[in-house]
Amino acid sequence: MKVTFPHMGNAWIVIQTLFESLNVEVVVPPFNSKRTLNLGTKLSPESACLPLKLNLGNYLEAANAGADTIVITGGIGPCRFGYYGEVERQILRDAGYNYEVVTLEPPDGSLAGLAKRIRFLAGRKNSWAKILKAMRFAYLKSVALDRVEDLIHAARPRLPHPLHTEKLYESAKQRLAQTMTEKGVQDTVRWVQETIQERQEGLNSMAEGINKPLRIGIVGEIYTILDPFSSVGIEEELGRLGVEVDRSIYLSGWVGSHIFRGIAPGYRSIRSYPRHAKPFLPHFVGGHGLETVGATVKFAREGYDGIIQVFPLSCMPEIVAASVLPKVQETYKIPIMTLIVDEHTGHAGIQTRLEAYVDLLERPRLLRESIQTREGVLGVGG
Amino acid sequence: MLVDDKYFLGVDVGSVSTNMVLLRPDNTVKEALYLRTQGRPMQIIQEGIKLLRSKIGKSAEIMGVGATGSARQLAATLLGADVVKNEITAHAVAASRVNPQVQTILEIGGQDSKIIILRDGVVSDFAMNTVCAAGTGSFLDQQASRLGIKIEEFGPLALEAKNPVRIAGRCSVFAESDMIHKQQLGHSLPDILAGLCQAMVRNYLNNVGKNKDIKGPIFFQGGVAANPGICKAFEEELGQPIIVPENYDVMGALGAAYLAQEKVGSRPGTRTQFRGLDLGETHFLAKSFDCTGCANRCEVVEITQDGRSLARWGDRCGKWSVAGVADTAISGLEQKEEQQGA
Repeated sequence: MKVTFPHMGNAWIVIQTLFESLNVEVVVPPFNSKRTLNLGTKLSPESACLPLKLNLGNYLEAANAGADTIVITGGIGPCRFGYYGEVERQILRDAGYNYEVVTLEPPDGSLAGLAKRIRFLAGRKNSWAKILKAMRFAYLKSVALDRVEDLIHAARPRLPHPLHTEKLYESAKQRLAQTMTEKGVQDTVRWVQETIQERQEGLNSMAEGINKPLRIGIVGEIYTILDPFSSVGIEEELGRLGVEVDRSIYLSGWVGSHIFRGIAPGYRSIRSYPRHAKPFLPHFVGGHGLETVGATVKFAREGYDGIIQVFPLSCMPEIVAASVLPKVQETYKIPIMTLIVDEHTGHAGIQTRLEAYVDLLERPRLLRESIQTREGVLGVGG
Repeated sequence: MLVDDKYFLGVDVGSVSTNMVLLRPDNTVKEALYLRTQGRPMQIIQEGIKLLRSKIGKSAEIMGVGATGSARQLAATLLGADVVKNEITAHAVAASRVNPQVQTILEIGGQDSKIIILRDGVVSDFAMNTVCAAGTGSFLDQQASRLGIKIEEFGPLALEAKNPVRIAGRCSVFAESDMIHKQQLGHSLPDILAGLCQAMVRNYLNNVGKNKDIKGPIFFQGGVAANPGICKAFEEELGQPIIVPENYDVMGALGAAYLAQEKVGSRPGTRTQFRGLDLGETHFLAKSFDCTGCANRCEVVEITQDGRSLARWGDRCGKWSVAGVADTAISGLEQKEEQQGA
């Protein structure tokens, strides 16, 4: 058995770790690319959302590397992703791929059923104690990954040479993917922290870099915001434009609430979002619609300069959230922009919108400053 | 040298038109060019510069250059622009300089349409058409040529309508078949054209203008503002007067010129990066290739002038864009990282 799984940003590092610690052979599909998307789009119904198209592309590319079993999470509620496991199984079968698909969800609410599926993946040799230990380690790694990602979010607008910052991020990810000890995980986080500090210290003397960047909160559908390929790299792009971004959902936060049912909160717990959303949206609408609204309110209250919502075309929960957001915008006087992505999304269009949005946030500040200096000059002259 | 001989140059290279504006330091427009891009932005930029050169004296000096439009990066590279800005900011800056009271800008260009909401002279909200190009200049162009009329006649003819027909404007393909249907039923041409104007305006307000607080004074700019039929349809639909500013068709370029003035003017002693008015005579070449360095397979574009590489872009990682700039510094840092990583 060779297990593969769909890509979602950095999730591959965590999933690979989980299976490797259980000695299960795992195939990490090639990273999401235009090729992945083209392959997946051919097999997908046009109106399906972007994640389905990318998932299918991942499986096709993984099949070339010999994968024969797919593991994917399921879900209940109005988001279509919940039944993508089954839909994908049938699409792949029709296309002539002989994949076994294991959906990680409690079938008809039966935890014993879920345990059976986990047992199938882990094989007979692994004891439950070992499985739990592997899960715990994978979870720790995922928290560390999120921590690194957040450090990079903060570093991008503050350090010059965007290329160097991205390199640091890449090598941190590689290190996290390879290490199999808790110490190695902690050391990597510390290494990233120290490297950023070092580079920043070198700057202060040169009076380079920005000390107080704009802050933008990214909210929206989990797959598109976690996966830089889907979001056309908006976090990196905003970083280059001198913006510090934060995100409503991080991988471990989602894993903590979705899989561990809140026993482990993960990085940036999503638990408080429904409470924040309540005055605007009092109930569950499927997917992460409620979290999107809640996170928007939370970011607004924390004094962020702006909010960007990202979701795949035709995502119902996010459409509901998008129709609520103008009220949040009005209440908190915070500009909110919505970006919708699909396989036709052009980089240029996103770029223009991001630049214009950052200008929108920045220009009032710049104009105010220039008026102040002008007044200062006049004051001296008069 | 006469004070009159100093200008700021604004260039807006869009999908359909390439516009250039020469702005005097006293904020009046010396020269405005509206050229068709015709899918050859590089040649058109060069032709534009030649044209401008023939119109101004030899002693003329360009003090700053601003580039905008979908090909702003290309224009900036060719010209050596001091400021490169997106179209939205450029349009907003131009409008608020022309009339600081403006609260709404409707802009319909060749392949995109946008709405910009300003409050107190600052952009507070904006939207662009997303997945659909129905209701942009190209569509009107197409329909005009299908009906055998010049685009310039489109608006005046639409104004002659007595009973505008209702045309489905949600999608340009369906709008076309609906128009054909109405023609075959025997409706007059002006009625159909006026109906098309109304459909386009409805579509614009439903898509781009959705959830936007449209308050006057309202500016209507972009190439399509030349069409009085569309202006009338906007006025009817919004119940407010629509102002078409004097330089409506080159507002993006005007905004870029203002931005260049702002940038160069804000720092005394800054010299423009402008590559000179004789760049019309040099030879530019664009090449593109797929980078095979990783799975992203970025399409990298390289611009050369007389065989010398000017700029590269299109790559996500910056591997090609950065090439040629401070190479030694980068490799030094890489080595350091590797040592630490080992």
